[in-house]
Amino acid sequence: MYRSTVIVCGGTGCTSSGSLKVIETLEKEIGEAGLAEEVKVIKSGCFGLCALGPIMVVYPEGAFYANMTPDHVKEVVQEHLLKGRIVKHLLYDETVAEEEIKSLDQTNFYQKQLRVALRNCGVIDPENINEYIAYDGYQALGKVLTEMTPEQVIKVIKDSGLRGRGGAGFPTGLKWSFAAANQADQKYVACNADEGDPGAFMDRSVLEGDPHVLIEAMAIAGYAIGANQGYVYVRAEYPIAVERLKIAIGQAREMGLLGKDILGSGFDFDMELRLGAGAFVCGEETALMTSIMGKRGEPRPRPPFPAVSGIFQKPTVLNNVETYANVPRIILNGAEWFNSMGTEKSKGTKVFALGGKINNTGLVEVPMGTTLREIIEEIGGGIPNGKKFKAAQTGGPSGGCIPASHLDIEIDYDNLLAIGSMMGSGGMIVMDEDNCMVDIAKFFLEFTVEESCGKCTPCRIGTKRLYEILDRITKGQGTMEDIPKMKELCHFIKENSLCGLGQTAPNPVLSTLQYFEDEYIAHIQEKRCPAGVCKDLLSFEIVPDLCKGCTLCSRKCPVGAISGTVKNPHVIDQDKCIKCGACIESCKFKAIIKK
Amino acid sequence: MANTISAVPFQGTPEQEKQLRDKIAELKNEGGALMPVMQYAQEIYGYLPIEVQKIIAEGMDVPMEEVYGVATFYAQFNLNPKGKYKIQTCLGTACYVKGSGDLHARLEKELGIKSGECTPDLKFSLDGCRCIGACGLAPVIMINSDVYGRLVPDDIPGILAKYED
Repeated sequence: MYRSTVIVCGGTGCTSSGSLKVIETLEKEIGEAGLAEEVKVIKSGCFGLCALGPIMVVYPEGAFYANMTPDHVKEVVQEHLLKGRIVKHLLYDETVAEEEIKSLDQTNFYQKQLRVALRNCGVIDPENINEYIAYDGYQALGKVLTEMTPEQVIKVIKDSGLRGRGGAGFPTGLKWSFAAANQADQKYVACNADEGDPGAFMDRSVLEGDPHVLIEAMAIAGYAIGANQGYVYVRAEYPIAVERLKIAIGQAREMGLLGKDILGSGFDFDMELRLGAGAFVCGEETALMTSIMGKRGEPRPRPPFPAVSGIFQKPTVLNNVETYANVPRIILNGAEWFNSMGTEKSKGTKVFALGGKINNTGLVEVPMGTTLREIIEEIGGGIPNGKKFKAAQTGGPSGGCIPASHLDIEIDYDNLLAIGSMMGSGGMIVMDEDNCMVDIAKFFLEFTVEESCGKCTPCRIGTKRLYEILDRITKGQGTMEDIPKMKELCHFIKENSLCGLGQTAPNPVLSTLQYFEDEYIAHIQEKRCPAGVCKDLLSFEIVPDLCKGCTLCSRKCPVGAISGTVKNPHVIDQDKCIKCGACIESCKFKAIIKK
Repeated sequence: MANTISAVPFQGTPEQEKQLRDKIAELKNEGGALMPVMQYAQEIYGYLPIEVQKIIAEGMDVPMEEVYGVATFYAQFNLNPKGKYKIQTCLGTACYVKGSGDLHARLEKELGIKSGECTPDLKFSLDGCRCIGACGLAPVIMINSDVYGRLVPDDIPGILAKYED
């Protein structure tokens, strides 16, 4: 028995901010203090509050230490672990109360969250199958194999109302029933772990923090549809996730939870990893399956749907990581438990990756139907530096920007679609008044132009033309005719593209046009970027009253555009200025303004 | 992204070729093995020059066109060598709205190369990438496997100086 357990986050966010050094120091200090027999150190998956990383929690007290450095670790070992005195000044400040420490559940960040898919992340050691089992792991698989028929499994998933968490929200149980109904000598179960939406990382957190849940869920899906082989298509850019998944598969095989005759039931199931190679279009199901077959990941027309002809032309079920992460809980707790959460048509919870201009960046899991305002203002802690909220972008390159007027919308699949955005995989990027919406639309279009596979013309050429119009507008060369022209082009791309990538690519443009048309018009008519982002439309000026004539800016200017004599106000030559901003950064008197 | 045939002469060794051919023999008969083989080849050589693609095409018994097609389809495969220090600027949305575009421009300026290129001494290469998942530290750059977060453009020269050996 250990007296204390220290959990340190080993997810990508905290690893990037130095948690491996923290663990190293911790183990060394614990050893030197002679506590190795009394204190256990566990490297866990993501806690969600990435902004405070590296994160470290000491149990049984539940003391939540944030922004740890090796020096802080020494202090915690000496004071807390050795002498039993919690080091208050290193705790996450929201958990510090007068006399006691508050538990994490009472902080603003966690209070409104409900963790189903992420329940084990930051709780168990992902590299130890016994910890997963201790938290009811593999019980659902046991129940399915010994007490349920495949039809019963599918019925529970159908009744639960679970919908695909990868973006489109197709009912999972229905998908499984199609694949189950098709007779074939071989079927496959596949998992989309190729999280391509830049800014979404919930799937990675599940893989890093709770890899066994995916194995268990895929085996359940295999039993339900009659498949004995699974493929996980995972991003090669996620080295920690790949490593932990490999360890987990090895452990499951050793324990007989993968392989032949699982739990003596006669059911065989095994799985294999396939590494993606950086292609956003491979998030589309037919493209992903083509890529698993080792080819260029181009989509193909449907039908036939994957449930009829998928990997190697065999019936295949493909779900994303977060969808699978819900499955074992649904089997154990029942369909009614799951569909008691959420809204009428969207059941359960959804994980969002909260990023951009927000205080608490990280992962949050909330019941469907939580409002955008609750997520941003309460859980996310609002916008930093006293800036004003401008928009939240959901759904990545396929989604749209939600303005402040819709902050009270209850988030679910249908409500987001109705206001011109979409759920997508759950990326949620917050933007403040310093972000230019035309520039954001251009950013996403640049992304889709690059990631369009080129197979169909509307997407290949349409997105390129759309990008060119946006580029012109951000350079002050747009005309008012460009606006209807863009709307028409968007319509054609949506209607005629082969796959989801093209069909949704215009969304960032359409939604910014819908809610922020005034910004487009300012760029076109006034040749002005209201947020001060588009470089070609900016001008830098020196306010004569504030300029002390220190000459620093004229020395910093890389193109010699600033002239003036010592102790006299300087002037910027607009023709020479390249708008690099070096002068603003150098001025100590805030005498240079950007217009 | 520029993905053209490399001007740097190919310097593969017979040992490397043997390693690759052994892997091909091991995986050849499994379904869908072409991409895993190419990923392995890139681990060995660091990139996939035409010479390596030829070995793969011949060994896997697939047309050269198919190998080249796959190599140019996926962003992860490089036809050009990368620098000793591989710099990647995260251009994912969370980093972009916090100014990673300016970091990227500053890196181009400091290194004197464009995105996708490598310095002539093969020391630094620069690429934009899509989300490394460290959104809490935005904006970030990654040099080999070291992550630098919460940066402003003026931090760049200091970071590059650490690699001046």
